[in-house]
Amino acid sequence: ADLLLLCSSEPHGLCYIETAELDGETNMKVRQAIPVTSELGDTSKLARFDGEVICEPPNNKLDKFGGTLYWKENKYPLSNQNMLLRGCVLRNTEWCFGLVIFAGPDTKLMQNSGRTKFKRTSIDRLMNTLVLWIFGFLVCMGVILAIGNAIWEHEVGVCFQIYLPWDEGVHSAFFSGFLSFWSYIIILNTVVPISLYVSVEVIRLGHSYFINWDKKMYCAKRRTPAEARTTTLNEELGQVEYIFSDKTGTLTQNIMVFSKCSVNGHSYGDMQDVLGHKAELGERPEPVDFSFNPLADPRFQFWDPSLLEAVKLGDPHVHEFFRLLSLCHTVMSEEKSEGGRGGQDLALCVSGCDAGSDRPVLSPGELYYKAQSPDEGALVTAARNFGFVFRSRTPKTITVHELGRAITYQLLAILDFNNIRKRMSVIVRSPEGKIRLYCKGADTILLERLHPVNQDLTNVTTDHLNEYAGEGLRTLVLAYKDLEEGYYEDWSERLHRAGSAPEAREDRLARLYDEVEHDMMLLGATAIEDKLQQGVPETIAILTLANIKIWVLTGDKQETAVNIGYSCKMLTDDMTEVFVVTGHTVLEVREELRKAREKMMDGSRSMGNGFSYQEKLSSSKLTSVLEAIAGEYALVINGHSLAHALEADMEVEFLETACACKAVICCRVTPLQKAQVVELVKKYKKAVTLAIGDGANDVSMIKTAHIGVGISGQEGIQAVLASDYSFSQFKFLQRLLLVHGRWSYLRMCKFLCYFFYKNFAFTMVHFWFGFFCGFSAQTVYDQYFITLYNIVYTSLPVLAMGVFDQDVPEQRSMEYPKLYEPGQLNLLFNKREFFICIAQGIYTSVLMFFIPYGVFADATRDDGAQLADYQSFAVTVATSLVIVVSVQVG
Amino acid sequence: MKNKMSFLPQEGEAHPSRCPDNSAFKQQKLPAWKPQLTIATVLSSFFVIGVFCLSVGVCLILSANSVREVQIDYSDKCSDCSKLRENSSNWNKECHCYVNFTLKEDILGDVFMYYGLQNFYQNHRRYVMSRSDAQLLGRNVNIQKSYCTPFTTYKNGTPMAPCGAIANSMFNDTIDLYYNLNSSVIQVPLLKTGNSWWTDKNVKFRNPKSYNLSSAFAGTARPLYWQKPVYLLDEQDERNTGYINDDFIIWMRVSAFATFRNLYRRVRRIRWFADGLPAGNYTFHISYNFPVSKFKGRKHVILSTVVWSGGSNPFLGIAYVVTGTAATLTGFVITAIHLKLRKKKTYFQK
Repeated sequence: ADLLLLCSSEPHGLCYIETAELDGETNMKVRQAIPVTSELGDTSKLARFDGEVICEPPNNKLDKFGGTLYWKENKYPLSNQNMLLRGCVLRNTEWCFGLVIFAGPDTKLMQNSGRTKFKRTSIDRLMNTLVLWIFGFLVCMGVILAIGNAIWEHEVGVCFQIYLPWDEGVHSAFFSGFLSFWSYIIILNTVVPISLYVSVEVIRLGHSYFINWDKKMYCAKRRTPAEARTTTLNEELGQVEYIFSDKTGTLTQNIMVFSKCSVNGHSYGDMQDVLGHKAELGERPEPVDFSFNPLADPRFQFWDPSLLEAVKLGDPHVHEFFRLLSLCHTVMSEEKSEGGRGGQDLALCVSGCDAGSDRPVLSPGELYYKAQSPDEGALVTAARNFGFVFRSRTPKTITVHELGRAITYQLLAILDFNNIRKRMSVIVRSPEGKIRLYCKGADTILLERLHPVNQDLTNVTTDHLNEYAGEGLRTLVLAYKDLEEGYYEDWSERLHRAGSAPEAREDRLARLYDEVEHDMMLLGATAIEDKLQQGVPETIAILTLANIKIWVLTGDKQETAVNIGYSCKMLTDDMTEVFVVTGHTVLEVREELRKAREKMMDGSRSMGNGFSYQEKLSSSKLTSVLEAIAGEYALVINGHSLAHALEADMEVEFLETACACKAVICCRVTPLQKAQVVELVKKYKKAVTLAIGDGANDVSMIKTAHIGVGISGQEGIQAVLASDYSFSQFKFLQRLLLVHGRWSYLRMCKFLCYFFYKNFAFTMVHFWFGFFCGFSAQTVYDQYFITLYNIVYTSLPVLAMGVFDQDVPEQRSMEYPKLYEPGQLNLLFNKREFFICIAQGIYTSVLMFFIPYGVFADATRDDGAQLADYQSFAVTVATSLVIVVSVQVG
Repeated sequence: MKNKMSFLPQEGEAHPSRCPDNSAFKQQKLPAWKPQLTIATVLSSFFVIGVFCLSVGVCLILSANSVREVQIDYSDKCSDCSKLRENSSNWNKECHCYVNFTLKEDILGDVFMYYGLQNFYQNHRRYVMSRSDAQLLGRNVNIQKSYCTPFTTYKNGTPMAPCGAIANSMFNDTIDLYYNLNSSVIQVPLLKTGNSWWTDKNVKFRNPKSYNLSSAFAGTARPLYWQKPVYLLDEQDERNTGYINDDFIIWMRVSAFATFRNLYRRVRRIRWFADGLPAGNYTFHISYNFPVSKFKGRKHVILSTVVWSGGSNPFLGIAYVVTGTAATLTGFVITAIHLKLRKKKTYFQK
């Protein structure tokens, strides 16, 4: 249930939560009880709590809540800051009390989960239509033959009555025709492939097992094989056109690694060997040895020893750089001692290890950081290993071990991070009494706020930053500023007043922050690698070659998402332009989309005048102008804009723009928006969509898409449970689609074509025979043959083909992703193919009937005995039919 | 080392491997036939098939052409009789007719005599069904349960033996062949047994067991249109009477089409006819019992020889020739296309 936080074990009613299940972010978040209720820690006090909450109706907005608490004749405004939503997990908090606001289906989590729908493949639907058509065809044949029968009985049968009187009750040729209609419906019903459905299921089951058994989709590290959790969607895997991917945990491992830094114009962190950081582990030089530092985190690895040397030599810039990293953050430290909360954490740990997470098993005495964002954790850990160990914090102090010496800084103020400021600062007083502001933040913001004397250094650092960004690293710029005692007193006073101001508090605070964070001195920049999963760029490249469009839908912030886009090669510097849509109103969004499209049109037009003129001519038949776009574009859109873009009147516009782009990244999207985007593409594009994700926030998307793939990773198993296929690495997706999906599609198509062919070739012979036996519904074959034809005579070869057939070896389909395209274009089984099969079946039946007819008419055996009897004819036709049909398998 | 040894199996126990087996079946690596279609294999297969079909077809046509056949339609020549038979009240009146014909050349070898019917729907569903195989096996069955209706019993309840529309409509003309040699008339000796399929005669048809046939069929009556009961079909040869009468068996093997011929007699090769039928004038003596004019049917009598490929039907041979020609032509077309493309290719390469 969604709770209103009343009080918790932590001071000030603070409560730390992880919301991975909700929005996919794995960092910790803080929730705080409103002050009046935070003292209700005692159950007896709690029992007397009789407040009344009036709040908004249940909705699916995860980041908004509005309500009022009426208690003791006072009104207290409630916001999302006071809410504990269903699905979040308490961290670092022993207990808390809350008031249930929404329960069951009203909770925000449930409001966000889409309805589960029964998924069927397009081939299934096509098959149903075709079976209906075939049924219509059957009725037509019945009618033709019935009319024939009526005419025959009227012209011939009447005269023939001396030898063959009509059945009792049949008094007219018309009635006889009517009866013969039903007889023919029964005889020709084999044209409707009833056993088809069973066989299709058997084949799909076989394909699913092949997916489960595939050794190349088995992750040894997590000991999880791929799993096909449904058996009905296999062939659709061969037709995927759009992939909607989550970012965290799907593309990335969600492990941040401090990989490079630039201090005072000197870049550290490049590996000595030129192969770059993606080189195999064996080729790497030895990592830097941190054994001098007893508090170092053994899992931290750095490849450039010169930085450590600089620290040891006492380079003041480097020292200041790491001091900043160890001070300017909101990380909580936890030092393991025996007892206490150990038990609880240990339990937590065990579950973490089971899920294959990288959460370490803590040995007593070890230092462990709990960071709100993994970036911060990585930075603080880096500082720790280079000898600036953040030990503990209290609300007023921060204790740091600087190269072995414990120093306690007085924490004067934290200037918090938010999306608009894109930076955070701390103001500390060192033991010597100097007041200093440390600031870290996004380069775009921070570089403007530097003191002009930094100009030269800024240029060098900017070069470094561009270099880092080009490698897909997440960069931060670090700066500091010394504050005068007097100025600080004054500022602090104003800050206090602003903080207690009744209205426009945020604005006033922001202005004050703005004022102090100015004229700073540049220290350097950090580059953090959000480690991609193995093989992600390669997989994306191959899937792109296979003409599959990949959209990333993430709850993360825009910069992160764009960075990942670059590092997994979805976005490249070669792209003509990356459109960023960040409008907050309908009009802004519409305008931005329109501009994007205009630019694309202009681009293609100017290209069209140039060297690609001929190409343009040849492709001038393309229906939509937007599809003829020259150049590569990408679209980045954030949650607010997406909400507008998904409105009914703009969704087509948005979709057209997005589909013209090579890469689409949607950031800050809610789970429901993910599903809406998928739904939008499903609705207008008639393409097969695949959603892949690992967290509970991806569940609705996974359920909405034609195919849902769950990464059995670190964020629990909700996604896996909702998915149709699951495996543990993103890179397996290429094998699932290009090998298994392609084969499945191919086999299923061949199977269906053949099955329809087989039944038509079999049944139509009766139709032709009808013209020779007085339309009397006499069968050509023996009863046993009719019964056993589908079960015995022709079942196994086609089943074997449906399960085992491989047109090209698996290596080929990975080498030539273009082979995947027939599936996307639905070339192998569609109505046209169906009619070709049917025509072939009818053609076969014609040969199957008329050649034996010609041969048997007036035929005698070589001993003179008659041969043209019904039985011989039936056996001959049946035998040759089985041979002809079986030879054409495949 | 010791530590490690003890550790490894433990881990194996704690986590049974979920790794899939590395078997050829599970990894989809089963051996398979992967034909490579090259121009050589394709062309050679087309030509081989073409040549094979052509030669088979030519052989078939040649052998079918060597068959000698005489076919005489006597439904018009015996119009008096056919008129008589149109009125069913004359069923017991005999009617004979004579059909003369001349053989210009000898017919050498075994000569078979067939009767042919046109427009007689033996393949009609209700007709095909209308028999009781159990009865024909000599079993004492209740034919009321069979599909014999309406030819099951008489109004007084006496069952028909054999029952059903097929048996009832049995062809009952008698045809004799006379050779007119120098104004003397010699009856051509004809064999009436050994004409049916061995399995039919020995497996599918059996007389009911009793001390003699007439008692075996006691309590039953002849089919409606028959002139005599089943056990009198051949009064001379008791191994050819009852259900195992050859003419009856042959009739009971229903034809697949409305136009058909059934083997009636074989010429016994003795004396004048030791080499077949010599050239000369012949006469068919036909006892006309089987009415066909009512349903616009026609009756033939056919004299024919056989070869290894059967009778005189050239269709199979023609079909083979057509297929063979088509395959060969396709082969040539592919060759032409191939040569043309290859020239082009070399042109571009230069």
